[in-house]
Amino acid sequence: MNSSLKGKVHSFQSLGAVDGPGIRFVVFMQGCPYRCPYCHNPDTRPFSGGEEYTVEDIVKKAVRFKSYFGEKGGVTVSGGEPLAQADFVAKLFEELHKVGINTALDTAGYPVNESVKSVLKHTDTMLCDIKFASEDEYKTYIGTSLETTLRFIEECNNYNTDIIIRHVVVPGMTDSVENIKQIAALAKRAKSLQKIELLPFKKLCVQKYNELGLDFPLKDTPECDRKTIERLTETVR
Amino acid sequence: MFEQWNGFKGGKWQDEINVRDFIQLNYTPYEGDESFLAGPTDRTKKVYEKFDALLKQEQANGGVLDIDTVTVSSLTAYIPGYLDKENEIIVGLQTDEPLRRGVNPFGGLNMTRKACKAYGYELSEVVEEEFRYRTTHNDGVFRVYNDEIRAARHTGIITGLPDAYGRGRIIGDYRRVALYGVDKLIEEKLKDKAAIAANDVLAEDIRRLEELFQQINFLGKLKEMAAMYDCDISVPAKDSKEAVQWLYFGYLGAIKEQNGAAMSLGRTSTFLDIYFERDLKNGTYTEEQIQEIMDDFVMKLRMARHLRTPEYNELFAGDPMWITEAIGGMGEDGRTLVTKNSFRVLHTLYNLNPSAEPNMTVLWSTQLPHAFKRYCAKVSCDTDSIQYENDDVMRPVYGDDYAIACCVSAMRVGKDMQFFGARANLVKLLLMALNGGKDEKSGMQVAPAGRKFEGEYLDYETVLDLMNEYRPWLAKTYVKAMNMIHYMHDKYAYEKVQMALHDTDVHRYMAFGAAGLSVLADSLSAIKYAKVKVIRDETGLITDFETTGDFPKYGNDDDRADMIAKEQVELFFNELKKIPTYRNAEHTLSILTITSNVVYGKKTGNTPDGRRAGEPFAPGANPMHGRDASGALASLNSVAKLSYDCCKDGISNTFCVIPQALGADNETRYENLSSIIDGYFSQNAQHININVFDREMLIDASEHPEKYPNLTIRVSGYAVNFHKLSKEQQREVIARTFHGAM
Ligand code: SF4
Repeated sequence: MNSSLKGKVHSFQSLGAVDGPGIRFVVFMQGCPYRCPYCHNPDTRPFSGGEEYTVEDIVKKAVRFKSYFGEKGGVTVSGGEPLAQADFVAKLFEELHKVGINTALDTAGYPVNESVKSVLKHTDTMLCDIKFASEDEYKTYIGTSLETTLRFIEECNNYNTDIIIRHVVVPGMTDSVENIKQIAALAKRAKSLQKIELLPFKKLCVQKYNELGLDFPLKDTPECDRKTIERLTETVR
Repeated sequence: MFEQWNGFKGGKWQDEINVRDFIQLNYTPYEGDESFLAGPTDRTKKVYEKFDALLKQEQANGGVLDIDTVTVSSLTAYIPGYLDKENEIIVGLQTDEPLRRGVNPFGGLNMTRKACKAYGYELSEVVEEEFRYRTTHNDGVFRVYNDEIRAARHTGIITGLPDAYGRGRIIGDYRRVALYGVDKLIEEKLKDKAAIAANDVLAEDIRRLEELFQQINFLGKLKEMAAMYDCDISVPAKDSKEAVQWLYFGYLGAIKEQNGAAMSLGRTSTFLDIYFERDLKNGTYTEEQIQEIMDDFVMKLRMARHLRTPEYNELFAGDPMWITEAIGGMGEDGRTLVTKNSFRVLHTLYNLNPSAEPNMTVLWSTQLPHAFKRYCAKVSCDTDSIQYENDDVMRPVYGDDYAIACCVSAMRVGKDMQFFGARANLVKLLLMALNGGKDEKSGMQVAPAGRKFEGEYLDYETVLDLMNEYRPWLAKTYVKAMNMIHYMHDKYAYEKVQMALHDTDVHRYMAFGAAGLSVLADSLSAIKYAKVKVIRDETGLITDFETTGDFPKYGNDDDRADMIAKEQVELFFNELKKIPTYRNAEHTLSILTITSNVVYGKKTGNTPDGRRAGEPFAPGANPMHGRDASGALASLNSVAKLSYDCCKDGISNTFCVIPQALGADNETRYENLSSIIDGYFSQNAQHININVFDREMLIDASEHPEKYPNLTIRVSGYAVNFHKLSKEQQREVIARTFHGAM
């Protein structure tokens, strides 16, 4: 492996402040094997699109933003599902660490293999979704298993990685107190759990679906308001 | 030794006029947070209500409450005026009634006449008569302007020359009034005068002698003015209240005498904190009382007004005074200059509602105490009323007792002054160079006829060569105009009070400006990296372009475009420097347009970057709206590449970000905002205005002004009440790039 290794990138965001600690340079990888009904980045899902970048290209970009990162900020690799390109991400994180840049990974969990392990070696913060609290829902909605996700979280315990568990609150689907408590219980599997972030379901992505000629499964579901998030967040404190 | 100085640590400052020494020996750095702050008292609320009612009336009257057309503004021309005599703590108004504007025709009679007319008044016969036989600054300048300067002015390649009103941008060291009392200041000036009279006494000496005479004369009038309010400022201030009052009298005298374009306050809050700390320790004042004094002081500053024409307001939207107060910063010895009073002055934005004035300017250093940084970020998120300037790049040049004139120009308080004026429209320079010195809009020959572009497709080298041929002409015309203006201003509208509050041996800057940087950079980049075909009208004038292919744009952290911008600034500055200046002033340059980017755009034809004739420029050093598509930080990185060494008068950047893009909750937003400023400034950038809101809110505010009466936003280098912008300016602000996460 070397820094000319290429990955498929959907896009970049230079000022990220919601995906990991501090100011983040966010790299959205192209391609995701899952099919979350509320997915807000349907354009990142196909493995066919995206633009190829080398590890070196991205490190160069990230270094230009280093002065803004302060003590906490750094690079977040999101997607799509970044672990679908684990070899690339592993090399990228390794190189970022060499130049003193903090790394975070935003994932929905992934079957653990050697490539995934080498990513974990260089991940400072893990943002991992637990999308539903039951195996059934995972099967119906996502296309992976809860089991896989939990095993992934447990694997993280073997590394020096802070863990943030994230969960999207969808009215009528995942907004019951009961569900949130179950998610919180599952999150406990992470030993270095920093916090549980409840993210409100938003419909800003409707236009993207339309442009892609896709049907947005939750088009009739209302958005989740701030109050609900605050109320539910109280229950998992 | 004055008894008013009891409790202060003595030093050099007692034997000479040396406010910095006093500050360094006596101030108390504060590294804590804002929890000590006091809210508004009932008195403050009551007085503020009265003021607010007047503001509403002023707004309803079309922006001017009342004009005294009979009395020429001066220090003692009006009987004392009050907002609320029983309840005010700090007294003194510009005229006899709150928000009533005086007339000040020393800069130019015509401007005064027009301004009166615009608001339904007529300049009185008394004043007309008085000035019939008097030469104003404006008269003087137009006696000496040549055709070239007039043409440059007319076509707008040089715009905003201060030839019809007070030049401003001078900051009196108003702290001296409080620390020394006026008699001591007069005594020192008399000594200086005697020393100069002992020279050979040629022209410059004679001029200085006369200026000193005027300074001393006006220091006397300053005392008289204060006496009308029953205050004896011949001696130093004895306590907190007097310190603020004395200092304010200094400022009030200046704005009664001068209607200068920008009238900064200086760097006063840490100075005042020394008095406050002494009195808090003595137990003579409580925190609540101290805050009350600051609230009242700031309210007085917010009442300052000048009479302007609507055209002037089109250039500088929102009737600004630029009462700029520089807050915080670090000392040369490594201690922070942040004090409790740095917090108090910002806290007035909560106690009295957000407001555009005074122009709160935080001197930011990566070394500032964490709690202060966080508080500033909070104030920015809540009020959009702060601008930040990089103390780490300015301190090495100006030391640790400088202030900011107008928006972004640093000067050592009481030691430097500046001859400011106008901006050269660098985009028009490009277009004029292509057209052999002709104006692209009117076809008028402005620069002497020379080589023009003959081909069909622009090539970069040829265009640069052509610009090199016309740039010296532009620089020379500009410097000449400035020399004439400032000669005449010194002669006919000399700033007597303000200069009396400077050292007699003052260092002078001549501050030039450039506008249209991003349009110029993008246009040159288009010429270099895309294909640009010229389109000529029937007279052969190049009036439009056909650009095919993509090209790198300034504002994306792409050196190909950014270095063009950097190079063009340097080329222009180096050309200016070749031309000698009046009184050997040191050349400086700013990349700052205030709100005049709209007017500059109007006066400029189609450009190779695809901008259509008449469309606004981006403000200051900002990338063009919507073209900085690589994100907020990339945009900041581009601006940070411009060299402060060439632009010591300042490089303005206005940054709009939506709250959600800074983080999910308030604390995260404060921290991230602070990281952004640190990151930008650690690359030696100089200035950033921060606005935290979304476009939808501005659109809503534009349509329903009543819902957002106090909406303050930062434009280029100052803040403005959103409703004081014209609809056109509001549209331009709404069109700017808002950095968001979505
Ligand atoms: S894991 Fe992320 S990218 Fe993939 S479908 Fe779900 S929300 Fe979309």
